[in-house]
Amino acid sequence: MFRTRKKAVALVSALAAVVLIASGCSSSSDNKSGGSSTTLKVRLFGTFGYKEAGLFDQYQKLHPNIKIDYTTVEQEATYWTALQTSLSSGAGLGDVQGIEVGRIAAVTSQLSDKFVDLNTLGASSLKDNFYAWKWQESMAGSKQLGLGTDIGPLAICYRTDLFKAAGLPTDPTQVSALWANGWDGYVAAGQQYKAHAKAGQYWTDTAGGMFNAVIGQSTNQYYDASGKLIADSNPAVKAAWDESMKVAAGGLSAKLSQFSTAWNVAFTTGTFATLACPSWMVGYIKSEAGAMSGQWNIANIPGGGGDWGGSYLSIPKGSKHQKEAYDLINWLTSAEQQAAVFKAVGNFPSNSKAAADPTVASATDKYFSGGTDPNNPVGAPIGKIFGDSAAKLQPAILGPHDGDVKNAISTAITRVETGRQSPDAAWNQLMTKDIPAAVGS
Amino acid sequence: MATTITPQSTATPTQRRRGIRDRAGDRRSRWDQKFSPYGFVAPFFIVFGAFGLYPLVWTAWVSVHHTELINADQMGGWAGFQNYVNLLHDSFFWNAFRNTVSLAILSAVPQLLMALGLAHLLNYKLRGSTFWRISVLAPFATSVAAATVVFAQLFNRDVGTVNYVLHTVFGISNVDFTNSKWPAQIAISTIVIWRWTGYNALIYLAAMQSIPNELYEAATVDGASQWRQFREVTIPSLRPTIIFTIIISTIGSIQLFGEPLLFSSGGTNAVTGGADRQYQTLAMYFYERGFNNGHLGRAAAVAWLMFLIIVIFVIINTLIARRMRDSE
Repeated sequence: MFRTRKKAVALVSALAAVVLIASGCSSSSDNKSGGSSTTLKVRLFGTFGYKEAGLFDQYQKLHPNIKIDYTTVEQEATYWTALQTSLSSGAGLGDVQGIEVGRIAAVTSQLSDKFVDLNTLGASSLKDNFYAWKWQESMAGSKQLGLGTDIGPLAICYRTDLFKAAGLPTDPTQVSALWANGWDGYVAAGQQYKAHAKAGQYWTDTAGGMFNAVIGQSTNQYYDASGKLIADSNPAVKAAWDESMKVAAGGLSAKLSQFSTAWNVAFTTGTFATLACPSWMVGYIKSEAGAMSGQWNIANIPGGGGDWGGSYLSIPKGSKHQKEAYDLINWLTSAEQQAAVFKAVGNFPSNSKAAADPTVASATDKYFSGGTDPNNPVGAPIGKIFGDSAAKLQPAILGPHDGDVKNAISTAITRVETGRQSPDAAWNQLMTKDIPAAVGS
Repeated sequence: MATTITPQSTATPTQRRRGIRDRAGDRRSRWDQKFSPYGFVAPFFIVFGAFGLYPLVWTAWVSVHHTELINADQMGGWAGFQNYVNLLHDSFFWNAFRNTVSLAILSAVPQLLMALGLAHLLNYKLRGSTFWRISVLAPFATSVAAATVVFAQLFNRDVGTVNYVLHTVFGISNVDFTNSKWPAQIAISTIVIWRWTGYNALIYLAAMQSIPNELYEAATVDGASQWRQFREVTIPSLRPTIIFTIIISTIGSIQLFGEPLLFSSGGTNAVTGGADRQYQTLAMYFYERGFNNGHLGRAAAVAWLMFLIIVIFVIINTLIARRMRDSE
């Protein structure tokens, strides 16, 4: 009896193992079409705002035969690496892939054969919906490779409670007046803050954020119109660097690395009082520091205008549901949905009709009501602030390795901030070693 | 495993009774003895061939081309040994090499010494000895990513526990672990030591338990102290085990990737190991060049140079061990 029992136990456990392994191998591929539902894989990074604004649920209700499988990663660099790998191997691609503006030039110049030309699916009729420069940036010749999601008009987000404690004004109009004459006014305000603030409380999170804002106000950035790398010779880059050095070498920076865990934590601990805020940062602050509602407000960006960030939605050629994916991204980037995203997470529309929508222009955000009466909080007029900034926006000339150059500069700025190198030594290393290594082969 | 079987005995008892000899059965049986060993190891070698050998050869092939990640399906132009030559002149590569060596020493040496001591303590008759042995191994069972992320929070510059203790006990304030060199390397070594000490301790323990008691009794009779016995009985008997753990630790340390990468817990400076590459290891440099910057050809050259470095270190280890063994 013992022998058969042992055999029975062995048989049962073998069966259980097979069942467990088989269930673990369940495929996540979409069902066969033809009556049953189609699953669209949406692969994005950061906070595009569709889930937060409930748009995926809304779309699934409008189209009962479509299911949306959505994933996002925080770091765009990780996402870009995975996307390139998937495109080369042909496996693991989504039906919809987000492309950041720092990468779109690489896509149009080197990956145009791996993405669907949306004009063939009817996108040419959408041309007038978008800002002309946003539409143009994702074109490879006559092919349209992506539909624009948001743009990144700039502002400054600041902590009203920390300003008050340091003797600075808290009303947005007065704060904007502090730096009405440009970035030097911002630096001066920072020095005033430093004189009165407690130890361990800094003016800004990192001078790298400020650098991105300053260079974002310039049309000529790292590449010229012919595709040549001009980072080392462009006076706008050196000017932005010099301005950031006033913050980096002046002890005004909290020396944090943006989008790291320590940076996320610092939103709530008062380690920094201001940061350069493109419109998509608004949603980020709300999600990282939800408990700090009423302690933040938004002021104008020194100098006005400028753009940092913004993305596109594209369809890889490997997608098996290109028509359905196109319907989805068409819907997501239309005026009504872009306005909804703006109201939910603050990503400013790239759809000019959405930007002109009166509900967008008059949108306010109760989270950013710092400095007003706590019993009757007045939310910051994000529609007006970012709308005005977007109207002054001068589109920039993009190049294939914009994202890599930007990261190299952020790293060099951190070297200066943390005292490892002098500004001149960091600039030299940046231009002679870091950027050539990142861009060259 | 060779067995001498005469032809008659391959017939089953039933066949023998009936006087039948199954010649096909004989042949099957001979084939079975000759080829089934290969059959048993084949799964491993098939998997190794697909996931070990083929990538090795493919990486070598990529390293002699200017392959880029963005169009990795096209090999890119022929580079010959240009990638290797560029690397030998690349100060970032040598910086990564120096960091790898210093991290290897910082993590391996304390770890093995503590493991030796731990094993000696665990060798005593303790109450609940199984519990002690399991808890010593518990850190090894955690995931590298989870452990590093938690430790990184402990080492946070502004709100971390380590800085709190340093401040209250030693008066040192706000050490910036992720933006410094030696504090960062010590912190990363701490994470590695925490993970691997128990594992090595159990290996030493197993070896210690096979040391015959007579040696210790003889040493006690000769009047040797506990420490002297440890030094002159335990350690020499453990020599092969110690050499094994040193080789394994060396190989593991040169490949160190997860802990330093996740130590900055995200952000733009994660893959460069701090803004000034203070703790960038060779594996991280490989990842930065290959997958952050998209230069697969250069990264493949880094990978092969890493392989050669590991081989050289292991050879050095073995030669030292052989010389030590020969000298006694």
